[in-house]
Amino acid sequence: MLPLKTPSSPHAHAMSSVSIVMLKVIVALIPGIIASVYFFGWGTLINVVLAAATALLSEAFVLRLRGHAVMPALLDGSALVTALLLAVALPPIAPWWISVLGSLFAIVITKQLYGGLGYNPFNPAMAGYAFLLISFPAAMTTWLLPEVVSGVHLNLIESLRVIFLQKWPMELHVDAVSMATPLDLIKTQLGVHRTISEIRFGTSIIGDFGGKGIEWVGNWYLLGGLWLLYMRVITWHIPFLMLATLFAFSTLFSLYDPDVYSWPMFHIFSGGTLLCAFFIATDPVTAATTPRGRLIYGAGIGALIYIIRTWGGYPDAVAFAVLLMNIAAPTIDYYTQPRVYGYDK
Amino acid sequence: MARRLHNFNGGLMLDDHKHEPTRIAAAPSHIPPRLYLPLHQHIGSPAAPVVQAGDEVLKGQLIARATDYISAAVHASSSGVVEAIADFPLPHPSGLQGPCIVIRTDGHDRWLKRDHLPRRDFRSRDAHELRQEIRDAGIVGMGGAGFPTAVKLNPGPKNKIDTLILNGAECEPYITCDDLLMRERPEEIIEGMRVMLHILGAANGVIAIESNKQEAYRCMLAAVQAVRDAALEVIMIPTIYPTGGEKQLIKVLTGREVPARGLPANIGVVMQNVATAAAVYRAVVLGEPLVSRYLTLAGGVPHACNLEVLLGTPIQFLIEELHGVRTTVDKIIMGGPMMGFALHSDQAPVIKTTNAILLSTVADRPLPARGEPMACIRCGECARVCPAQLLPQQLYWYARAREFERAQSHHLFDCIECGCCDYVCPSHIPLVQYYRYAKTEISAQLRDKQRAEIARERHESRQQRLERQKLERAQRHEARKAVVESGSLDELANAESRDAKKAAIQAAVERAKVKRESSGLEVKNIDGLAPEAQQKIAEVEARRAHRPPPDDNTVK
Amino acid sequence: MAILALALLAVVFGAVLGYAAVRFRVEGDPLVDKIDAILPQTQCGQCTYPGCRPYATAIAHGEADINQCPPGGEAGIRALAELLGREPKPLNPENGAEKPKSVAVIDEKICIGCTLCIQACPVDAILGAAKLMHTVIAAECTGCELCIPPCPVNCIVMLPLKMDPATWKWPYPQIPVKHIAGAHP
Repeated sequence: MLPLKTPSSPHAHAMSSVSIVMLKVIVALIPGIIASVYFFGWGTLINVVLAAATALLSEAFVLRLRGHAVMPALLDGSALVTALLLAVALPPIAPWWISVLGSLFAIVITKQLYGGLGYNPFNPAMAGYAFLLISFPAAMTTWLLPEVVSGVHLNLIESLRVIFLQKWPMELHVDAVSMATPLDLIKTQLGVHRTISEIRFGTSIIGDFGGKGIEWVGNWYLLGGLWLLYMRVITWHIPFLMLATLFAFSTLFSLYDPDVYSWPMFHIFSGGTLLCAFFIATDPVTAATTPRGRLIYGAGIGALIYIIRTWGGYPDAVAFAVLLMNIAAPTIDYYTQPRVYGYDK
Repeated sequence: MARRLHNFNGGLMLDDHKHEPTRIAAAPSHIPPRLYLPLHQHIGSPAAPVVQAGDEVLKGQLIARATDYISAAVHASSSGVVEAIADFPLPHPSGLQGPCIVIRTDGHDRWLKRDHLPRRDFRSRDAHELRQEIRDAGIVGMGGAGFPTAVKLNPGPKNKIDTLILNGAECEPYITCDDLLMRERPEEIIEGMRVMLHILGAANGVIAIESNKQEAYRCMLAAVQAVRDAALEVIMIPTIYPTGGEKQLIKVLTGREVPARGLPANIGVVMQNVATAAAVYRAVVLGEPLVSRYLTLAGGVPHACNLEVLLGTPIQFLIEELHGVRTTVDKIIMGGPMMGFALHSDQAPVIKTTNAILLSTVADRPLPARGEPMACIRCGECARVCPAQLLPQQLYWYARAREFERAQSHHLFDCIECGCCDYVCPSHIPLVQYYRYAKTEISAQLRDKQRAEIARERHESRQQRLERQKLERAQRHEARKAVVESGSLDELANAESRDAKKAAIQAAVERAKVKRESSGLEVKNIDGLAPEAQQKIAEVEARRAHRPPPDDNTVK
Repeated sequence: MAILALALLAVVFGAVLGYAAVRFRVEGDPLVDKIDAILPQTQCGQCTYPGCRPYATAIAHGEADINQCPPGGEAGIRALAELLGREPKPLNPENGAEKPKSVAVIDEKICIGCTLCIQACPVDAILGAAKLMHTVIAAECTGCELCIPPCPVNCIVMLPLKMDPATWKWPYPQIPVKHIAGAHP
């Protein structure tokens, strides 16, 4: 008889691992990314590549500094997911250093400095986004008109030139192809006292329910998110509560004064709302973990998104809402412990 | 009778690997050359040997008696000679050795003579008498816990029992010994159940069988219908791990939850394993003590099977008996893949609570080694599957940081160590190991604290005693000094003190005499002596009666 | 106006805090008792104090450090550190080393009945009298080893306690941390 190995029970395990979970998330993101490329050109894809490369390289570098094994950590896919989420939130025509800086900040400072996978209190993608938004507001709020609106299509080479060299093709003026995001537009237009209906039907960039183009990208993220729900990678608590709260708030206020408050579908289908609901708010490391806690967390994010969008200083509030609720997550967990079997509480 | 089933939180659907071993009947295993019977196969105080090396024993003979109320006897599983009572490898996760009685078998397997015709009249017998027989037969919970059955069947006057549940769930993968027992000996189980119902005075008996044991369900149903007892019902329950856990099964069948730190008896329920019920039948009706049990041998073996094994059989003997077992076995699990523990030595014997032996080979088949643990990503899967509704994640963080108080406030000791959380963790963290570490560490700390308390008290008493002695010495010194200084008063004082002392002693003697005479107490330690000795004592007494009383110098 | 408001707030909150400090004052355990509760009560003196209580008093007065108790071990140092809000530090080797729990055993063939060990034992764990056999009550022995030096015939030995399944502890899960050659640990 060979010397016997004596591991502790259980001696069986489910076919799951962190890499598999992250892979499923990436797969769920792909339809949305493709939709983004379809509506907004190659910029998104270039951003994705830049962010991913920066994320992986910087994570490898920091892990080496910390004396950790690099390959198992890189292969778990979490840096890749962070990079993807950040990249799709950035404007397609943002200069290359935006993606790189944002990615660096997200991985090195928000994630690795706090201890690496599982130890960061703040969502790295959102922290990176917030950092970029506050530091470079102009570059971060200049979006590309969807091709269906501007009729302009930049091929790959032209996109690369725009992103790396800030050089636009000769016949185009940047103003003709760029725009503020629909959310931004509504905010500024409300500021000059136009009503919602005027804004909505007066511009070409707002589509049937959200920003033109963006609404369809949102749909694909929604589909990806529903697939994740089906695959049990995420639970329904956070996405459902977040969307429901946002919907409730916007319905309430919109009914109260439709001229001043945007309609509910707009809120849900514009900006990063759907991406956030299924991919960002559900980031397990930074969200609440107890079932009741997740309900509160999701509702909090939904409420904060509405509040910041309507009365706050920034047009899109997803990043800040998530970061604020990240701070509250441990407390929420502490006060929402489930009732244990055999106890009355 | 349709009984409404309830759900319990969490749980897993596992591949059960039960198809193969249930195709063939259980076979009796051969008699090994030596049987190693540990004195401590149960919860409670270890048994104490009543034989010694060199004694010849017969099958079913008592070789160690129960030492306490919560304790169990051990019987010889086969006939032979007691070779030794010494430390041998125990079937315990620690790999430690412990006292075992070793019997060198003679191969004849002769039973102890019992003029015991089958006594089916248990209904006319007293519950206490039946419990005593169960106790004398050394029966303990054979589902794995090993709690003395006679104690469990005595819930006390405060707990009124209305339901006896027989656990035929057998929810762990690979294990099929209860399945086969239910197929092959359903009448024994039913009869044992009726004995227990009678002892408890309970109105309802429920046998719970998981839905992946259709054949066993049919056999048990047929057996219940044959006895036509309206109190018994056979219920099929969904196959979810760990439905077979005591707390979870009670919730499923009755909707009641066992109160924390309480017992099922507190809510009117008693649960026993089906094998225990069969053993009760054998003890009460046939007069046989517990000497063998069904056991599943599976995993890295060519043909998984069930055997009826004599208690005390070394695992190595069982493995070798199955010809053709690959010699590349490097992991032996006693129990199932979720809750079983790995043995340190194949010399460990089968005991009353061994329900399965799983083998795994060097190539990690079929029980793969754990993947490299990563950081916790706080996904919450563990909490989703926990049948005790705990927060395994928090328990992990606190156990890892050795913050035992916080772990306890998150109800660490309510964890049943089922392994569901560990099974689903994407980061492959050995969660159950952390909880086990924390639990034993806390228990050890509690023991140490209690010992320290006692030591502190003893130390303080000693300090007080020393103080008191010092004080007394000082006082005496002062008194003597005063007497010396006062000069002429010396003699008088001495005489006075002597007289006082004498009077005190005399008074005490009188008191003692009066007490003795009034209570009729006589010293009786000479009663049993031979007449010559009595004569001698009488002579001595007579001599002493005529001796003068002792003088003061001998009084201290 | 703002200054007035702030000043008013300061006065109000100061009054509230002052009231709370008096009204809700909690009489806590004296620190010495709390420290003594953590110490293992071996009364061995390896900490250089004549017993656990004097050591606890010394710690409370800041005269002694928290890492002087070998029987308390690392767990004890950590508990003291947490109680006092200090950093845990390794056991001071000058005070001794952490040893497995042992009890003293008297070899009865050699014992001469001199009672020197009985007088030395801080918890009265040795039974005996002058010119009569001495024996250690194993259940009460704390393993302090104070009985060994006084014995004139060296008949006392320390035997480590045998581990049995009831008192065995599961080990802390060891996850091997992979370090890369040349990198900082």
